Amino acid sequence: MSIPKETLLNAYRSMKTIREFEERVNAEIMNGQIPGFTHLYTGQEANAVGVCAHLDESDTIISTHRGHGHCIAKGADVSGMMKELFGSSEGLCKGKGGSMHVADIDKGILGANGIVAGGPPISVGSALAAKIRKNGKVAVSFSGDGSVNQGTCFEAMNMAVVLQVPAIFVIENNYYSEHTSINYAVGCDDLKARTEAFGFPVFVADGADFFAVYEAAGKAIAHARAGNGPAGIFAEQGRYHGHFVGDPQAYRAAGELEDLRENHCPLKNFRKRMAETGELSAAELDAIDAEVLAEIDQSVKDAKAAARPTAEQVTEDVYIQYTATA
Amino acid sequence: MPEKTMRDAINEALHQAMEQDDSVFVIGEDVAGCNGSAGDVGSVGGVFGVTSGIYHRWPDRCIDTPISESAIVGAAAGAALVGMRPVAEIMFADFIGVCMDQIVNQMAKFRYMFGGKSRCPAVIRFSAGGGFSAAGQHSQAMYQVMTSFPGLKVVVPSNAYDAKGLMLSAIQDDDPVLFFEPKILYQETAEVPDEMYTIPFGQANFVREGDDVTVVAFGQMVPKAAAVIDALAEEGISCDLIDPRTTSPLDENAILESVEATGRLVIVDEAPPRCGLTADIAGLAADKAFRSLKAPIKQVCAPHSPTPFSPELEAAYLPDAEKITAAIKATLA
Ligand SMILES: Cc1ncc(C[n+]2csc(CCOP(=O)(O)OP(=O)(O)O)c2C)c(N)n1
Ligand SMILES: [Mg+2]
Repeated sequence: MSIPKETLLNAYRSMKTIREFEERVNAEIMNGQIPGFTHLYTGQEANAVGVCAHLDESDTIISTHRGHGHCIAKGADVSGMMKELFGSSEGLCKGKGGSMHVADIDKGILGANGIVAGGPPISVGSALAAKIRKNGKVAVSFSGDGSVNQGTCFEAMNMAVVLQVPAIFVIENNYYSEHTSINYAVGCDDLKARTEAFGFPVFVADGADFFAVYEAAGKAIAHARAGNGPAGIFAEQGRYHGHFVGDPQAYRAAGELEDLRENHCPLKNFRKRMAETGELSAAELDAIDAEVLAEIDQSVKDAKAAARPTAEQVTEDVYIQYTATA
Repeated sequence: MPEKTMRDAINEALHQAMEQDDSVFVIGEDVAGCNGSAGDVGSVGGVFGVTSGIYHRWPDRCIDTPISESAIVGAAAGAALVGMRPVAEIMFADFIGVCMDQIVNQMAKFRYMFGGKSRCPAVIRFSAGGGFSAAGQHSQAMYQVMTSFPGLKVVVPSNAYDAKGLMLSAIQDDDPVLFFEPKILYQETAEVPDEMYTIPFGQANFVREGDDVTVVAFGQMVPKAAAVIDALAEEGISCDLIDPRTTSPLDENAILESVEATGRLVIVDEAPPRCGLTADIAGLAADKAFRSLKAPIKQVCAPHSPTPFSPELEAAYLPDAEKITAAIKATLA
């Protein structure tokens, strides 16, 4: 499978942006600069980027509480996101939503979501619209290994099959839901098989490998775009941080985090592959690294300087304000 | 008497109830924690630590679940129907949205629809309320909504002492009880006896006693209102502060007797105003104590909007000392 150079450059930039965004957010939370509950995506970058590389702006995604990576991969404005996390009125959601509710409807980002498995049913609606309009669009929802045990997720999967809509269910197994292992919370031994039993194909990928996710997502999305109904993507890859910033992570085995960072790194794997194939040079990738670091740094500076919301804004945007026309 | 946090006071109530009655069990997400992992199962004890230590003493009665709120509440309701006394944890009150049917159409209605022939002694615990910049899906009070459903009992403690006594009452109660723990108060301490004790439902607490104004407050608004009232005492204004402690049943008499004595009423709650507790109690007073009133009733609550994320916005959203003070003074103007 040959991937256009442009796609490769964008994919690497996107993964690096997610990584640096998250690591910087982690540091700013430790400094007490970012309020609220924040869940970091570090380590899982290839999932979001491998999937979103196949989407354009009018395809939709719906994300989870761990949403920064999905939003960046789908093209959300990084500076607007950073401002949102800092609670600025210049943030993507005017400081109303914060980390768990980053959204950019114009970019097809129907929102991160603070309710586990709140997203899949909504995504089925977006897919249904695409089917009725016959516009070839797809709707992607992301779910974790914990989220898939929620009734709303089951309902969405079954209804997507019944309605034969172009819904893509991405299941990201990072092995834990908060402090509980998938070994406990998913009752059967084979989550892929359980998902396929709903009646759609599920393509499996190593979530540390952008190329594997890209390939699996390509098949799933092609299946749905061609009008064959929903499809799934099942990717395994651990997160590098706790469930939330500050999680003591008592559930980890000794050496688990070190092993993840050392041997399961989508960025390292990407660079290794490029060194082997020669498609992108180390210099090209280094240049991206430098640009991304500068962008993230600037986004934090901008976020700290950005306007703060005022009390009158509390009650704005509860409803649409209709202005009377003469 | 030992000082304990509200978290520890509820935790102690759970331990003591489980010691005393082996039909009591806890169930919910990560109430033990680390199941299936390399870590020590039971070392989490709920994301707020309220079920801490229970798994290590009673592994069979501390039950971690998948993320499945409908099934958690349903399982608690079903176990209660056949004689157990489950205490289920729903991590955030906002997740009632996911399990509303099991609470409202199922457990709330069994006894009535079955002609009085069933009991459903289940307790569902929730962390509730704002103050954490947790935004629209992790900050709601929710108890005001649930108060409107007949068949449910609804508890909202405002301090560690009450929380323990009310939890022990909740577990002994044969009706379904929803127990809302204002999460901003988990670390607040009070004197809490080591021994078991109960606080009856439907019996308000007079947190302060005074002659000029009756203030009724709920949950995290009780300590806020108390601070305001203490400050106003220095200006020569004296207030009753009533904490109903349970919103269903509601101690109507305590409120009405106080309003009849003071002639002035301010009600404070953190939830939005429409169909909420402040309106409910204002209606009660207007209906039953109208002739005693010397001034319009004042309601202090959040505006009709979701809870915003940004700290500045949330500070403007939640009732604060300034708004409570202004309302009390307005009744005296
Ligand atoms: C309805 C609901 N229940 C519980 C929670 C609390 N919660 C937030 S994230 C989470 C774990 C989700 O696990 P998973 O789906 O595997 O996603 P991950 O965090 O691993 O990315 C839980 C239990 C919630 N936000 N919403
Ligand atoms: Mg997970």
